[in-house]
Amino acid sequence: MKSSVITFPGSNCDRDMHVALKKFGFNNKMVWHNDNELPKSDLVVLPGGFSYGDYLRCGSMASKSKIMQSVVNFAKSGGLVMGICNGFQILVETGLVPGVLLRNKYLEFICKNVFVKIDNKNNPYFKNLDKEVFEFHIAHNEGNYFCTSDQLKEIEDNNQVAIYYCNNKGNTEKKFNPNGSIKNIAGIFNKEKNVLGMMPHPERMIDQSLSGEDGSLFFKNLIKNIN
Amino acid sequence: MLVNEKIAIDHGLKADEYKKICDLLKRKPNFTELGIFSAMWNEHCSYKSSRIHLKKLPTKGKKVIQGPGENAGVIDIEDGDAIVFKIESHNHPSFIEPYQGAATGVGGIMRDVFTMGARPIANLNSIHFGSSQHKKTKNLLRGVVHGIGGYGNCMGVPTIAGQTSFDSSYNGNILVNAMTLGLVKKNKIFYSKAAGLNKPVIYVGSKTGRDGIHGASMASASFDEKIEEKKPTVQVGDPFTEKLLLEACLELMAGKSIIAIQDMGAAGLTSSSIEMASKGNLGIEINLNKVPCREAKMTPYEIMLSESQERMLIVLENGKEQEAKKIFDKWNLDFAVIGKTTDTKNIELFFDNEKVANIPVHTLVENSPMYDRKWKKSKLPIKNKIKKESFKKLKIKDVLKKILSNQNVCSKEWIWQQYDHTVMGDTIQKPGGDAGVVRVHGTNKAIAASVDSSAVYCWAHPLTGGKQVVAESWRNLISVGATPIAITNCLNFGSPENEENMGEFVECVQGIGEASKYLNFPVVSGNVSFYNQTKEVGIKPTPSIGGVGLIKDYKKMITMNLKEIDNLVLIIGKTEGHIDQSLFARTILDEKNGPPPEVNLFNEKNNGQSILNLIDKGYIKSAHDISLGGLLTALSKMCIKGNKGIKINKSKNLINEVEYFFAEDQGRYLIEIKPNNFDQVAEILEKNSVHHEKLGVIIEKEMIINDKTKLTIDELKSYYTNWLVNYMGS
Repeated sequence: MKSSVITFPGSNCDRDMHVALKKFGFNNKMVWHNDNELPKSDLVVLPGGFSYGDYLRCGSMASKSKIMQSVVNFAKSGGLVMGICNGFQILVETGLVPGVLLRNKYLEFICKNVFVKIDNKNNPYFKNLDKEVFEFHIAHNEGNYFCTSDQLKEIEDNNQVAIYYCNNKGNTEKKFNPNGSIKNIAGIFNKEKNVLGMMPHPERMIDQSLSGEDGSLFFKNLIKNIN
Repeated sequence: MLVNEKIAIDHGLKADEYKKICDLLKRKPNFTELGIFSAMWNEHCSYKSSRIHLKKLPTKGKKVIQGPGENAGVIDIEDGDAIVFKIESHNHPSFIEPYQGAATGVGGIMRDVFTMGARPIANLNSIHFGSSQHKKTKNLLRGVVHGIGGYGNCMGVPTIAGQTSFDSSYNGNILVNAMTLGLVKKNKIFYSKAAGLNKPVIYVGSKTGRDGIHGASMASASFDEKIEEKKPTVQVGDPFTEKLLLEACLELMAGKSIIAIQDMGAAGLTSSSIEMASKGNLGIEINLNKVPCREAKMTPYEIMLSESQERMLIVLENGKEQEAKKIFDKWNLDFAVIGKTTDTKNIELFFDNEKVANIPVHTLVENSPMYDRKWKKSKLPIKNKIKKESFKKLKIKDVLKKILSNQNVCSKEWIWQQYDHTVMGDTIQKPGGDAGVVRVHGTNKAIAASVDSSAVYCWAHPLTGGKQVVAESWRNLISVGATPIAITNCLNFGSPENEENMGEFVECVQGIGEASKYLNFPVVSGNVSFYNQTKEVGIKPTPSIGGVGLIKDYKKMITMNLKEIDNLVLIIGKTEGHIDQSLFARTILDEKNGPPPEVNLFNEKNNGQSILNLIDKGYIKSAHDISLGGLLTALSKMCIKGNKGIKINKSKNLINEVEYFFAEDQGRYLIEIKPNNFDQVAEILEKNSVHHEKLGVIIEKEMIINDKTKLTIDELKSYYTNWLVNYMGS
């Protein structure tokens, strides 16, 4: 399986993602933002970090990078594109997934483990996972997902919510929401479910010695699904 | 502009220093030259009051690759790997402008580390604020934490440990000390010593602006009512540019074109160019019209003294300019050939085709003033005669509640949750433990680091305090299973011109030296920050010690959380009941006098090495050193983190229960072992003459002391975790 991780100026989880993809069997290439063409890929990842220093608006300048045209084309032709954290912010700026990401409710950067609930497994990312609640890690300042009520209706009608913040039992009450996002949304799909944007970092949960191993379950399953 | 003594004094120089400049040059300096002298000769850059004492610190050792004098210290961690690390203060700027002051402190220390070719792998910080009741404290704390996070998070370097304290002596002068560790191959370390004639001198990074002019001079003076006017001397940081600079420098360093490299930190282009020339015993010639500037019409004086951030100076091999420029172009950074090395041994500056400065390098460096300031020796205070009857009224539960929720003991999670501590995917011990631990990427090794200070002990008796801080750093590393290797120190003191403050400095340094020598824990880098005072009042002497150790097999790392029901908890080291200067004395008895606990270096070394031995043999399941707040405080943290309880039966020894639980005797640890290993563990400890006692047995979620005091773990948690969150109101 071939994957590509895009490095923008200011990306800082690109290496971590590369390490994770390689660990679970992807043949991964690092792709520079200023390149014109994507290498042949089964999965493209926009990693976390602070592309262009978060200047102007998180993800907005990166979404206009040279490589993004071919990433958008790849997504529109059905290719799998996953944006994590800053990558999610870039995805909303391209319009590949709906909504926006605002500053966290308490105006503070948050770095901690959270639980997320997978709502919909009818997609290439979560198909065949044998549990619903995962412990992932978040580290962001702008993860407060927001959209208009019309958009929300459309998102829900199309089953586009990928994951919700919850507690370890899968309870999605407001008090388990770390950043104020609407309806506890932590990740979202495009209509076709080949594009996934999410705030949590599965690549930081791939080792018992680190925060935990739920990221390993996610990646192992992902490569199986793509095969 | 004509220069005279008054203008020199306005630059922070003393009249006799100005006279010395004129004598050395055999003429009056011009305005630009005076600016350069004032930048190089201020306390921050010249260490003029501290040099004579710092020389006495032990700086060598088998594992030391580079001691003080370079951008950072370097230690050997085997297999061709090395760790580059240093701690530095950014106190004055952080008090004036907390966000930018703290942010650029973090940026500056990371630059010191990657200048040497190392990729930063961990950040730490030691931050000290005024009384929680003081009107400025909340905003300063919030600003500093946002600043540290804003810079470190964007750089993608995890912040893995730190220390926060509150004390009214910092009301008018907070402390922000930032530490960075980087990883480098031993044969790819870069130094700042220029070599060879006519080699191109390259400027890379951000453009030079008018920010931070005379920042180092500001950091070398006391504060008064007019501090707000000094805001323009605070630099403005741009972590995005620094991230690009890091990647570009490491890319260039992978090749062989760099002869010397130096970041532009305090005193900017002035100190970086002069240090490179001085170390190489060369001259340097710079055409200031070639320096990339942010603003039009900057004068030579401003260009030389700007402390704009995210800039580097490089001496390249001839003919490598294009190759290097390509890399900096790729990362959208400025790149300019601004001069060359010469054999004149002078720094020569040109601007608009005129020579605007010409100073022999040695006059700025070797001839810089060095003072043997007057200092006052501190006497060891007499022990307090505490009435033990008063202890009888105290309930252990009430005391523990007060101590766990004390601002200097309670959980600092509100702070470290705002720092990305997991980026880079190698953080195996997060903040909140005895030390932060990161793996050496792709290996079985891990590096542990902690930062400590004990201003109260140093204030009560500087010599003992100095020793104690080093010992505590050593214990924190041992507690996570790391072999301590070396330290970096950030020495925060009041005015060196005040005999008492200077005495505190001299004796703390002596204590640090004695402990680091005895423990074979050398000082490889550091920085001195004097004039931490407002008007006449200095801060409590606050040396911060950053310790670094190696864990050869990261799977053997130890954490403090209690692991298993029925396991035993032992106390290592003797509890004598030293109450003076303890948190208990200060908060419960309201007693501020008396000597700090004695530091017995033989016991420290012996106890520490025995614990490492037990860890290596696999006997220890969890460990924690006993420090501020004493035994019961340390034990409570182990219970809280492990979510387990303990049943304690205090042996009927001579000391009172309160003294036993809250005394701050040094050299002690708590360890958890399996009950069926007790005999083997006791044998090893006895063979090494290490004092040990059985303290209790791990049970479900309750702390039971002598059957009469009972606390649930949830109660302990609420005491420990709530104070800071409530204080900050979120």
